[in-house]
Amino acid sequence: MTATETRPGSEEEFAPPRRVRDLDWRRLLRLGGVAAFVQMFISLTAMPVRLDERSVIESVLSLGFVFIGAIPIVAGNRLSRQVKLEGVAVHRAGRYELVGGALVGTLAGAGLSLLVMLITHFDLREPLVNWSPQLRDLLSFNRGPVFGTLIWLGIGAAGGLIGGGLRLLGARWRRTLLMMATTVVLASILEQLVVDLVSGVGLEPVAEWFYARRGGLTQAGAGVTAAIAGVTTFFGRGRMKAARERIKTLDGPARTRANAGMILLTAAILIVVPLLVGSLTNELLANVGLFVLLALGLNIVVGLAGILDLGYVAFFAVGSYTAAVLTAATSPRINPEFPWFVALIFVVVITGLVGLFIGAPVIRMRGDYLAIVTLGFGEIIRLLFLSDWLSGWFGGSQGITAIGGVEIFGLTTIDGTNPRNIFYLVLVFCAIAIYVSWRLERSRLGRAWMAVREDETVAEAMGINTVNVKLLAFVVGAILGSFSGAIFANKVGSVFPSSFLILVSMVILVVVIFGGMGSIVGVIAGAALLIGVLGGPKQPGLLQEFSEFKLLIYGALLVWMMLARPEGLIPSARRSRELHQEEFLQDAWLRGEVESDDDNGDGGDAGTAPPGEART
Amino acid sequence: MSAATPLLEMRQVNTHYGAVHALKDVNLAIYPGEMVCLLGGNASGKSTTLKTLLGMVKPTTGQVVLDGEVVNDRSTAYRVERGVTMVPENRRLFQRLTVRENLQLGAYLRNDNDGIASDMEWVFELFPRVKERLSQKSGTLSGGEQQMVAIGRALMSRPKVLLMDEPSMGLAPALVKQNFDLIEQIHEAGLTIFMVEQNANMALSIADRGWVLQTGRVVLDDTAENLLQHPDLRASYLGEA
Repeated sequence: MTATETRPGSEEEFAPPRRVRDLDWRRLLRLGGVAAFVQMFISLTAMPVRLDERSVIESVLSLGFVFIGAIPIVAGNRLSRQVKLEGVAVHRAGRYELVGGALVGTLAGAGLSLLVMLITHFDLREPLVNWSPQLRDLLSFNRGPVFGTLIWLGIGAAGGLIGGGLRLLGARWRRTLLMMATTVVLASILEQLVVDLVSGVGLEPVAEWFYARRGGLTQAGAGVTAAIAGVTTFFGRGRMKAARERIKTLDGPARTRANAGMILLTAAILIVVPLLVGSLTNELLANVGLFVLLALGLNIVVGLAGILDLGYVAFFAVGSYTAAVLTAATSPRINPEFPWFVALIFVVVITGLVGLFIGAPVIRMRGDYLAIVTLGFGEIIRLLFLSDWLSGWFGGSQGITAIGGVEIFGLTTIDGTNPRNIFYLVLVFCAIAIYVSWRLERSRLGRAWMAVREDETVAEAMGINTVNVKLLAFVVGAILGSFSGAIFANKVGSVFPSSFLILVSMVILVVVIFGGMGSIVGVIAGAALLIGVLGGPKQPGLLQEFSEFKLLIYGALLVWMMLARPEGLIPSARRSRELHQEEFLQDAWLRGEVESDDDNGDGGDAGTAPPGEART
Repeated sequence: MSAATPLLEMRQVNTHYGAVHALKDVNLAIYPGEMVCLLGGNASGKSTTLKTLLGMVKPTTGQVVLDGEVVNDRSTAYRVERGVTMVPENRRLFQRLTVRENLQLGAYLRNDNDGIASDMEWVFELFPRVKERLSQKSGTLSGGEQQMVAIGRALMSRPKVLLMDEPSMGLAPALVKQNFDLIEQIHEAGLTIFMVEQNANMALSIADRGWVLQTGRVVLDDTAENLLQHPDLRASYLGEA
């Protein structure tokens, strides 16, 4: 490899650009085919039709087209991806990237062309509900099938050209352009939040100028947003990086101060923002908080102790029902009408016991079996609440309704009618959960959990009582989840068995995996992104148009995550190192830092083995 | 060698895995300060012996005696606290944890922070390389370094007797020799060592006594010198006709 000689230096030192006739046709066909298929698939799910109602830029671009249009760009960009050695590409980008990108983009666009033609000539509405003239009209911009067929070849080619062309730009320009595009899309996705916040500060005119009346950015607003993003990225990027490096290299009291500052700042933002935004946004924030709480609990079980619990919703349900029974006057059998905080003590105790009860048989198993059994227990708990047998206690499918709010020492009552206060309540419990997780991770118990996760047999040989330790993880996770359940019951004001479907377990697990197993910050970010933007199992997110496709997108995200970033969005440092160890070692080897395993043993003068000393 | 009471002893032990009779009437006695080895081929019951001694498998009949106390019904944790520790086969470090965390986990059952700190210093004295790698993830260490951490981790529980499961397994030939030097070194530091090995020649060259296990039964029990000369052993383990 010549790569070692040409690093890092200026771009001129690269090997010459690839020639167009060396085009990797197999890769091109595969990538183009996949892109075309994805475009057709997305179209037939009616996602573009639905998302067409949501504009990114007023009367210019809808979210549906962002989705479809992004695919040829990505394909065009991926085609000419090079294997990088030490982060340096071997070949300089050139005509190869442009031609290849255009070709692969055209191929991708051909998928939609084909679809337009097929919809025009055949009627497959029977199996495919979205095989509709509406889709055809949308795809052909209302200008007839011929236009529709041809335009997508053009759009695809242009998209692929852009994707490939991005490689010709320097890193700085590429980053700036990407940042501009992302910011505009993000600004439109976060419209509700931003408008709410800006209006809350009393700057309604600004919000009205940026955002169109019927949703989406105004053209001028989009331009300004892009400009701001572009300028800050272009000139600010290096500074951001430098600042981050500076914080990283801090140590001792300076580091502690920096961390404390960050925590205080975050806390201040979280306390002030709800005051500025309306109840709809506060509701959203409270929902995100509830899932953060659940995800933090599951993170202890899955991330730290390595127990794959697929029935985590059980503890959410037990927490909810316990709080409901103990606080609601309408609870069928017993209704002590405890104040919420008193009920919370019972919630903790009862959920802890249920955790023990479920955990005891489960944790003796390993791997797949354990996962399947937890899945079963999750359903059993829901079915118990639903059953006629216990309907005298829990109301069966009627559930328990008219649950009162949370009374705070006679001062005020927090219930669903005031989402802001609910958010503050959730925030307090999130803070507790974060602190507990953070402390546990560094404790003796946390080490024992990780040891069990790594190698159960050896952990046992070290004298760790693996059964007890795992049970404890189960119980701690259960209790954190029950907090969320207790708040949920009094927030919504009613509990039904149908609120605790297995889907909830899956969503929480996706949040944990997406965010990064074992990483507290990652789990929070995952919850904010997935629950906040896409929405929870029953809770709407910012993109309400997505709600029908939520599960599809969850699934797609999960697959993509496993392929591209198995360590999650914001991984814990150790997890990332593990998964990319090979690359890391390869890089180190290239730099000549690591010798091969054997001669690296010790001292260097170990010498050769005496002959005849080989093992049997 | 029969001066004191044995540190660790197996009396007429039989161990079963379901229908499989893994250990048959095994008698072993390890005295303080000794270095002894248990030899045997694949599936001869070597690992089962270790697991039975450490309490990870319960014997069906017979007794495991630790320092004069019958510990059949005692947990692994109890035995570790009383001074038995194992260095597992293939080192088996907690790969994703740092070297420091691995060492701390070795001292999992101890509460005396000062003692733990001084024992850690002792491990660094024995293996200076370990100190350099403290905050590195143990999975990224080389084979030889991992062996040091594995032994260090075991030493952190301040054991009286160290059970070593196939210490030379999975190591390059050059490292095997060096590895046995390590074992001798910690033996000289005062530890009783019971090792289970396939590499009979090497093990017997540093051990005082040894046993040979065949399909769960002790077939030979002698001093290391005698075993080295024993025709059966030479035939079956050292590959001589």
